[in-house]
Amino acid sequence: MAARKAAAAPNVSAEELLTYYRDMLLIRRFEEKAGQLYGMGLIGGFCHLYIGQEAVVVGLEAAAEEGDKRITSYRDHGHMLACGMDPNGVMAELTGREGGYSKGKGGSMHMFSREKHFYGGHGIVGAQVPLGAGLAFADKYKGNGRVTFTYFGDGAANQGQVYETFNMAALWDLPVVFVIENNQYAMGTAQKRSTSTPELYTRGAAFGIKGEIVDGMDVLAVKAAGEKAVKHCRSGKGPYILEIKTYRYRGHSMSDPAKYRTREEVQKMREERDPIDHVREMLLTGKHASEEDLKAIDKEIKKIVGDSADFARNSPEPALEELWTDIYADAPTEGAV
Amino acid sequence: MNVPNERKLTIARAMAEAVAQEMRVDDGVFVMGEDIAALGGVYGNTRGLLDEFGSERIRDTPISETAFIGAAVGAAQDGMRPVVELMFVDFFGVCFDAIYNLMAKNTYFSGGNFKVPMVLMTSTGGGYSDAGQHSQCLYGTFAHLPGMKVVCPSNAYDAKGLMTAAMRDDSPVVYMYHKSLQGMGWLATEPGATVHTPEESYTVEIGKAKVAREGRDVTIVSVGMGVHHALNAAAQLEADGVSAEVIDLVSLVPLDRDTIRASVAKTGRLIVVDEDYMSYGVSGEVIASVTEHDISVLKAAPKRVAYPDVPIPYARVMEQFCLPNPEKIIAAYQEMNAA
Repeated sequence: MAARKAAAAPNVSAEELLTYYRDMLLIRRFEEKAGQLYGMGLIGGFCHLYIGQEAVVVGLEAAAEEGDKRITSYRDHGHMLACGMDPNGVMAELTGREGGYSKGKGGSMHMFSREKHFYGGHGIVGAQVPLGAGLAFADKYKGNGRVTFTYFGDGAANQGQVYETFNMAALWDLPVVFVIENNQYAMGTAQKRSTSTPELYTRGAAFGIKGEIVDGMDVLAVKAAGEKAVKHCRSGKGPYILEIKTYRYRGHSMSDPAKYRTREEVQKMREERDPIDHVREMLLTGKHASEEDLKAIDKEIKKIVGDSADFARNSPEPALEELWTDIYADAPTEGAV
Repeated sequence: MNVPNERKLTIARAMAEAVAQEMRVDDGVFVMGEDIAALGGVYGNTRGLLDEFGSERIRDTPISETAFIGAAVGAAQDGMRPVVELMFVDFFGVCFDAIYNLMAKNTYFSGGNFKVPMVLMTSTGGGYSDAGQHSQCLYGTFAHLPGMKVVCPSNAYDAKGLMTAAMRDDSPVVYMYHKSLQGMGWLATEPGATVHTPEESYTVEIGKAKVAREGRDVTIVSVGMGVHHALNAAAQLEADGVSAEVIDLVSLVPLDRDTIRASVAKTGRLIVVDEDYMSYGVSGEVIASVTEHDISVLKAAPKRVAYPDVPIPYARVMEQFCLPNPEKIIAAYQEMNAA
């Protein structure tokens, strides 16, 4: 992607820009903290950080209305924070503690919130896509006018179940926005090495699903595209595809040293296309905020994240009795010892 | 036996009746699967539903098992109560991820935040020369994995009550019906499966086995079609002066180990009949339930009459050689006593 020209923000209020700045910064600082805790051995397993992709979820959440749903894969911390889930509960799930969203039983890849209409957090590439169609089906059945954002990556876009779902969603006019977060690497495989045609937004054409490509490093562009997609779905026209071109700065997971790309490539993206710097620049050049204002926000975010880390460290380890709860909706399993 | 006002139904009709009755009182129930609407289900278990409830609630799907089972998981998490059909249990291979990684785990992984109240119904069993991609039971495969209940009726009464219980259950329930018990005209049917079935709605408890026949000398445990083989064998043994007790598991998960143990404590002998593959399956689990608990009750080593560990062949002579039948059960009893 080419370097962006510093342009005056079109029709966007200072308040909005500050909200995006704050929300994106929260995700970034939260993820940096998660990376630190992982390095300290407080977080186990695979931990997939969202750094670099913040504008995608923050832009789309700005296009969502109360009651709309979201479901995603395992790179899910950003989605949870963007839809308003409590950083303490997310971080404590990462450390596998009682105070985590899933009481420590789910971990990084498996968290849910009924209150925020967040349906997970799923660990298998592409598997959440049919579920997203099911959520949209339930909304259509109930006639409640809600829309479901179903997120998946460029890697998942090569999963067969995605196309089964496209067909069904189009056939049944389901109100679902398929969001392809194209961060250009399926784990360590660059898109050009895994994908015959790079234009993922056209992948719905065979099913009659409209799609468009969006600059995922520009939160305003994401929001605008999101609003268009949501309007399409809410008006009963069926699904819509957004391919959002983005970039993850860190490895696929914490265990990935990312040797499949050059440091220069990452550095260039950070310097020229960073989504948070972009909003920061708009705030400053548009005189919507001063350096001091932004410092105050930085400090506020630092405290939220620091508190979440404290909470996640101090929340008790789950009691072993919890092993046997929530397996079935009713009684503990008979296998309980 | 002549019962006044007897109302005999096939399992297929009993299942459809249960679904219809529940759909009348619960708007959240809908049915989805391949050829379940206009065709009425290959095994008849959704016949008549489309006419009453329309295509919004009785939905034919594309042949896209992962998509529609996954969609059912999403809809269930959103408060719906989907009843989904996987036409043959053998087809689980293309969509198992949606079943065992999502349907069965999302309650746990959400710390109980979300429930997945859905019924996944699927046909099992062979005996009609359809070879090994259309004839398996795979009871053990599903029952092995925590997070889903697994039921398997042997007659229409249980079929209706289990279906109603499954639709009302807040956990996912895998409902496995045996083709040879369905009452389809084109497929031989065990007559013992077609029994009196009350018209009003009722439930059969999931997790509770039934004593299908009382006896003193040997306990024969089975599920689905195997229960009829066991009852048939018990009738023949009776003629030889042997009193066999037959336990119908009804539910594989939860497994009613207490009823099995109580029966074997009484008879001292155990034969397990299972049309699923022998190794690593239901038959071994039932035996372990007894031997781990109290081996001293056994007067002889337990026996298994199960499908040998071979892919199910097409040729009639080969398939019939492998399937459980009453003669094999009687032979197992005789071997047990000779030992």
